[in-house]
Amino acid sequence: MQITRRGFLSLSGAVGGGVALSSLGLNLNPTRAHADELGKMNRIKVARQVTTICCYCSVGCGLVCSVDKATGKIFNIEGDADHPINEGSLCAKGAGFFDLTEANKHRLTKVLYRKPYGTEWEEKDWDFALSRIARLIKDTRDKDFVKRNSKGELVNRCESIGHYGSSNVDNEECWLITVKSRALGLVYVDHQARV
Amino acid sequence: MTNHYCDLKNADVILIMGSNAAEHHPIAFKWILRAKEQGATLIHVDPRFTRTSARCDFHVPLRSGTDIAFLGGMINYILEKNKYFKDYVVNYTNASFIVNSGFNFKDGLFSGYDAKNRKYDKSTWVFDADGGGIPQRDTSLTHPRSVFQLLKKHYSRYTLDKVSSITGVSQENLLKVYEIYASTGAPDKAGTECYALGWTHHTVGSQNIRTMSIIQLLLGNMGIAGGGINALRGEPNVQGSTDHAILYNVLPGYLKTPSSSLGTLDGYLKKYTPVSKDPQSANYYSNYPKFFVSFLKSLWEGKATKGNEFGYHWLPKIEEGKHYSTMHMFDRMYEDKIKGLFVIGANTAVSTPNSNKVRKALQNLDWMVGENIFNNETHEFWRAPDVDPAKIKTECFLLPAAASMEKEGSQSNSGRWVQWKYKAAEAPGDAIPVGEIEIKIMKAVKELYEKEGGPNAEAIVNLKWDYLDDKGSFDVMKVAKQINGVFLEDTVIEDKAKGTSTVFKKGQLVPGFGNLQVDGKTACGNWVISGSYTADGINKMQSRGKEDPTGLGLFPNWSYAWPVNRRILYNRASCDINGKPYNPKRNILEWKGDKWVGDVPDGPWPPMANKAQGKYPFIMQKDGLGALFGPGMVEGPFPEHYEPLESPLESNPMSSQRINPAAEIFNSEMDKVASASEEFPYVCTTYSCTEHWCSGALTRWQAWLLEAMPELYVEIGEELAKHLKIKNGQRVKVVSARGEAPCVAMVTKRFKPFQVEGKTVHQVGMPFNYGWLYPKDGGDSTNVLTPTVGDANTFCPEYKAFMVNVAKL
Amino acid sequence: MSKPELVKLIDTTLCTACRGCQVACKQWNEMPGLRTKQFGSYQNPPDLQWNTWTLIRFQEYEDAQGNFDWIFRKDGCMHCTDAACVKVCPSGSLYYTPMKTVGLDHDKCIGCKECVAACPFHIPKYDERTDKVYKCDLCYTRIRESLAPACVKSCPTGALTIGNKDEMIKKAYARVAQLGGDANVYGDKFVGGTHVLYVLKHKPEVYEELPASPKVPLSVIVWKDLLKPLSLVAAGAAAAGVFLHYITHGPKTPGPEGQDKKGEE
Repeated sequence: MQITRRGFLSLSGAVGGGVALSSLGLNLNPTRAHADELGKMNRIKVARQVTTICCYCSVGCGLVCSVDKATGKIFNIEGDADHPINEGSLCAKGAGFFDLTEANKHRLTKVLYRKPYGTEWEEKDWDFALSRIARLIKDTRDKDFVKRNSKGELVNRCESIGHYGSSNVDNEECWLITVKSRALGLVYVDHQARV
Repeated sequence: MTNHYCDLKNADVILIMGSNAAEHHPIAFKWILRAKEQGATLIHVDPRFTRTSARCDFHVPLRSGTDIAFLGGMINYILEKNKYFKDYVVNYTNASFIVNSGFNFKDGLFSGYDAKNRKYDKSTWVFDADGGGIPQRDTSLTHPRSVFQLLKKHYSRYTLDKVSSITGVSQENLLKVYEIYASTGAPDKAGTECYALGWTHHTVGSQNIRTMSIIQLLLGNMGIAGGGINALRGEPNVQGSTDHAILYNVLPGYLKTPSSSLGTLDGYLKKYTPVSKDPQSANYYSNYPKFFVSFLKSLWEGKATKGNEFGYHWLPKIEEGKHYSTMHMFDRMYEDKIKGLFVIGANTAVSTPNSNKVRKALQNLDWMVGENIFNNETHEFWRAPDVDPAKIKTECFLLPAAASMEKEGSQSNSGRWVQWKYKAAEAPGDAIPVGEIEIKIMKAVKELYEKEGGPNAEAIVNLKWDYLDDKGSFDVMKVAKQINGVFLEDTVIEDKAKGTSTVFKKGQLVPGFGNLQVDGKTACGNWVISGSYTADGINKMQSRGKEDPTGLGLFPNWSYAWPVNRRILYNRASCDINGKPYNPKRNILEWKGDKWVGDVPDGPWPPMANKAQGKYPFIMQKDGLGALFGPGMVEGPFPEHYEPLESPLESNPMSSQRINPAAEIFNSEMDKVASASEEFPYVCTTYSCTEHWCSGALTRWQAWLLEAMPELYVEIGEELAKHLKIKNGQRVKVVSARGEAPCVAMVTKRFKPFQVEGKTVHQVGMPFNYGWLYPKDGGDSTNVLTPTVGDANTFCPEYKAFMVNVAKL
Repeated sequence: MSKPELVKLIDTTLCTACRGCQVACKQWNEMPGLRTKQFGSYQNPPDLQWNTWTLIRFQEYEDAQGNFDWIFRKDGCMHCTDAACVKVCPSGSLYYTPMKTVGLDHDKCIGCKECVAACPFHIPKYDERTDKVYKCDLCYTRIRESLAPACVKSCPTGALTIGNKDEMIKKAYARVAQLGGDANVYGDKFVGGTHVLYVLKHKPEVYEELPASPKVPLSVIVWKDLLKPLSLVAAGAAAAGVFLHYITHGPKTPGPEGQDKKGEE
């Protein structure tokens, strides 16, 4: 018998098996049935396997998310055995990647708003937030905009709005942040590259 | 990284200094151990014995903030003992250049210092040129003003006695490291260095790295398999976020941010486009105007025309000589000059130095917009302990973001591999990707400006900003293609060398930055990433080929490595001047007949022995050669030891300049400093741990990780603990001039006192992963202790060396 | 297909204590993380517990010559051939799998804790809330599909490997020969040989919580070989557990704290 580190990508679809709807999602209740525990592999065999890259340090390890086709939910994440850097292995943070999914009850799921001098967050919708934020940006920018510096040189900058972050978003998102910041004329633009 | 993670296995000696690789890059360490398996020697130089030290051949403790002294001693050893790789040094570095006669170094200062402004006039830090404008060279390396002789003179001061006394490292240990590392100066040996925040988090951070770069050039370790200088960076896409310039001083692809005195596009391009008179220097940055104009076109496409200087004036210009880094931002916010703040995927109230000042500064904001997957101490600054929310005016938004596996896009690792991620599931509730939030915010702003106008409104209303798909969601591919670059008009590309002519149609993707145009025919969001797509739209970042033709782990068909899928930077330097590999056993590149075979070479030109067409190997340097003499640095062309802002010593044993003469000093009433003070006698350093990440803003919310590392602690050596009568597990407080951090004492054999300048110096260390919000009993940020001061070039804060006291609670 | 005997090898000299295994185990087996306290060590939880089946132990060790070693040892079930826990388990909850590892069927566990007392390595841990015992089953659900257990798969450095028994024993001895000094193989010489082996750099007695010569307790031998065959004829499995408890410890009296805490997080 040869035990392998091979990933679920090669397992996927290899063997059929029933999906017990009642056992979808992570079950941290230790009283679940023994049969469910043993059934996890069957659920993986019929799951959609999606590769991703770890979101902690900069090594760029590959992971495979097993997604239940019926619910669209991720129910297991482990190292991508086909990835040339980590070859399936993961450190403590990577091994715990699953706890970043919506299974983590601390995830933010609503737009939160705290009014001036308020003592609590209030839940709001996107429309409220986007229009209010746009208004605040424009008012601050227009009020403080520096067209020319003290020497009379054209500088077109806004010094009263700052931007911080992030090295923890994707390249395409970084680029949008950069472009947005420049178009607004921001100069206090920075992120975790310095920390 | 000049090299990449899998390449670490190819080294003969790995010096881990300024990094705790096993704890912070555990999977990098797998490749480091693979080198060990093949006989490599692993050396860990670090103030503390860590999980990295445990697996290295040996650990050498050194006092925090003395790396330049340690490495300066190694340069001295290499030069004195003739351990350098002469062929490489003569041909591939600027060792033979003759430095201007006005250049000098006296008592810690280079020529041109302006003490009032803490700045240098660099006019003497230049090379003598011949009549044709080409730097003069003395390839015998004997000229007294040659870079080589100046280097030798500078580091002859770093004697074993001196270095040992500054660093607290025994002479025996110094020699052991020097001897083993210098052994990689042989043509068939490779030595590599892994650093991380342990080098950058100092007032001399950039010079720490430069000192090692000098060593690597002297030993011929740059550009080779198993060599290079490798930054193990700390965040998943910090390479990408840096490439894409979420930074005040650069634009995407390291193009310079325009400054106030550069009033025209031509003036700007003239300043930043280097000129070399040497026909053998490729001087690749001579293409700068193509990259810059294509960037402007990516922002404003049709609205950016030759007539309006491609929208150059719509970009903000920073004030000449002024800086806008995080520390500057919070200093200014503390002065009540910043009214609005975006905080995206970050927890700056925990991660920025002197967090008490930062938290006070945040209270001056009129509004703050946060985007994150979890709440954190920054978003809740208005109800931090000792803050009365009823007195805080700030209007705050906390927008729910999709987590990494809930969105599609690319991420760049430290080895410059741009890897594609796929979306595995929908984000919960109302959460959407940060990219989508940004698009929607800017779209709303744009609509306001279209309606109401405003100052420099053209920059906003003319912006190409159509990155939502038909369903109103983030169209990540469209952004990725814009970054790669696109032909805006039908374009004929002629390659005179090859005698070919290729036609690209309007709308086709640019197959690489070599095709970018200066006349506005191409748009390219970031030239270094250009080539991540083929002209036909195949996304190379998605490549998952596992072929490894060299057997050296280059994996050329896995993802896309910038630039142009080159896996090892400066790789032409792995070959002699005829293009033959110095080390045939680790052949990454070879000139065969009329072409290079192996890794993607640094340019197609023949090796430099071909005087007519050949080029020098360091093509991004104006002169084409590795810079032993580096006038680009603000504090001097040769690294010099200075003490940290807060140090146990009253003076610098090397000179009368106690601290980095070019470091910027912040002077608010909350920026208290206490150096060589009896009140704060112990050196403190800060770090992360394997189980948490950065400010802990993601990991503290995860029960598995929090269970493993539950609470803030301070590591104290047994000797100091005994002296302070502190027992393991006892509650203590660590106090600096700026704040205090209650925590649990971890008494350990892994911190030992140092003998420095004849006195005993104790050092302690703390993780920076905790905050008051969650868990409630886990302790607060260690950065209440750290000073607002940073590297003179990059403004990376000095988190790694400052002074504290420790007392029982 | 017949299933061969598997052995997991823990080479402590390659471990970096990244604790990927500790978390991967919880991820795969869906065990929660619980609130802990910093008590002056990197090690946490302080010991194996019902929700922690694999634990990296951290130990600062200095030998007589003053040589320092920071020891990392992954602790967890040794999967004995002659397993005391299986012997004493009255309900059949603990069992030998076809690969000769020790499985645990929670449905059958009656919470008698006999295995807790019997295990020479102090591995099985009892949870009051569910009134059941927990321990590593070497990811039975994975190994029977020829996939490495979660801990082995996550291990970056090769400190954890798994394979056929003979090969792994050979590998362990080859490594020990390479290391020299006090290096030794731990596990193949007692309790019929364990299905988890260590390569240790120091003598076994150096390591905290590692018995230098583990034995199946005498009371278990008495029970298993002399009394159990008789009692199982006379009584049901559950009753037998009580009987065993009675003959080895006296009458079972459920602890009030156990009852009170049921249902708490």
